[in-house]
Amino acid sequence: MYTQGLDSLGKECVDRSAGDSGPLAQRFQERVDADEKIEPRDWMPDAYRQTLIRQISQHAHSEIVGMLPEGNWISRAPTLRRKAVLIAKVQDEGGHGMYLYSAAETLGISRDQMQEQLLAGTAKYSSIFNYPTLTWADMGAIGWLVDGAAILNQIPICRCSYGPYARAMVRICKEESFHQRQGFEIMLTLARGTPSQREMAQDALDRWWWPSLMMFGPGDAQSRHTAQSMRWKIKRFTNDELRQKFVDVTVPQARFLGLTVPDPHLAWDEAQQHYRFGAIDWSEFQAVLQGNGPCNRERLQMRRAAHEEGAWVREAATAHARKQAVRQGEAA
Amino acid sequence: MSEMSGRSEWPLFEVFIRARSGLEHKHVGSVHAADARMAIDHARDVYTRRQEGVSLWVVRSSQIVASDPADADALFEPARDKIYRHPTFYSIPEEVKNL
Repeated sequence: MYTQGLDSLGKECVDRSAGDSGPLAQRFQERVDADEKIEPRDWMPDAYRQTLIRQISQHAHSEIVGMLPEGNWISRAPTLRRKAVLIAKVQDEGGHGMYLYSAAETLGISRDQMQEQLLAGTAKYSSIFNYPTLTWADMGAIGWLVDGAAILNQIPICRCSYGPYARAMVRICKEESFHQRQGFEIMLTLARGTPSQREMAQDALDRWWWPSLMMFGPGDAQSRHTAQSMRWKIKRFTNDELRQKFVDVTVPQARFLGLTVPDPHLAWDEAQQHYRFGAIDWSEFQAVLQGNGPCNRERLQMRRAAHEEGAWVREAATAHARKQAVRQGEAA
Repeated sequence: MSEMSGRSEWPLFEVFIRARSGLEHKHVGSVHAADARMAIDHARDVYTRRQEGVSLWVVRSSQIVASDPADADALFEPARDKIYRHPTFYSIPEEVKNL
């Protein structure tokens, strides 16, 4: 799972990029322009490195925090089949986080540093995971909408100029399709169920639709760093392009479910061959990003508790490994 | 959170998977683990949830010696003008078969 809007450069990166000129920088840009991949030990501008560290680590954090809203429903899944599927999906999210941390580490940041940034609340993660999962239908809506939006965001990153990130993305995208399909299947089952099940499905769509549109990040006019990320081929499409694509593919799916997209301004534009949709409430997006969403505090508390309560396991494993190493040394 | 600032990070292991017998092991990524045995377990959980392999290798990342990208020209350039190492360098009349 992934959101754009995490790919914005920090101020320090923009300032430093000014110093990234000269023959090495020129050669670097030529390689990127020629669609060559950049690998960990290759020379790269500092701002490119910092942008990737930020984006990949925040992408990883999103996967890890993304386990929480769905993990919430594992013990209450309605059937054994649904439960097995949900466990597998949540485990995938954890795996995706691991692939991405591993990719970020090739840029020179340690796993501990990233972990600290997440737990200290200084690193961002996808705003979508700060919304609560109130009913079982939310498992359907998340798979269908949130993972659907993530897929559109992530597919272009499979062609990202940085090799380890691109390879992690290929792995993730292969697994993501199952996530979306299982979500749609949940929605379909509810939509074809009893009136109260249909109502539950509609309610989930009502609550997840707008936050899903926000996952693509601020509009292009507000997204200052898109141009630089596109020049570096970290990003291939603008936020608004991807958002439009999401609306275009998702509205017919909602119609198939017999559910109503909660947007009175939604209309098909025959001339443009696109759906027109209403204005997004960006103040909500900003509030959630700044830590004031419904579940920001709860999510971080959960992560911190998991980390602290697992400390003795990590320490014990380290002590055991040390003891074994000494014993092997003695035996040899 | 004392442990966090203590930098007790488990060592990093690179992971290689043999997709099926007959193929070579291929690098797929890395995992942290206290020791090699745990690294195998983690590699299994992280990289083979969908039967991606039949065999795993893990090796401590610190044990890998890599060539320097800056030396790439010196190392690999000399092979570029030795096209006579490729079969297409030699022109053989078409009527000659099985060559």
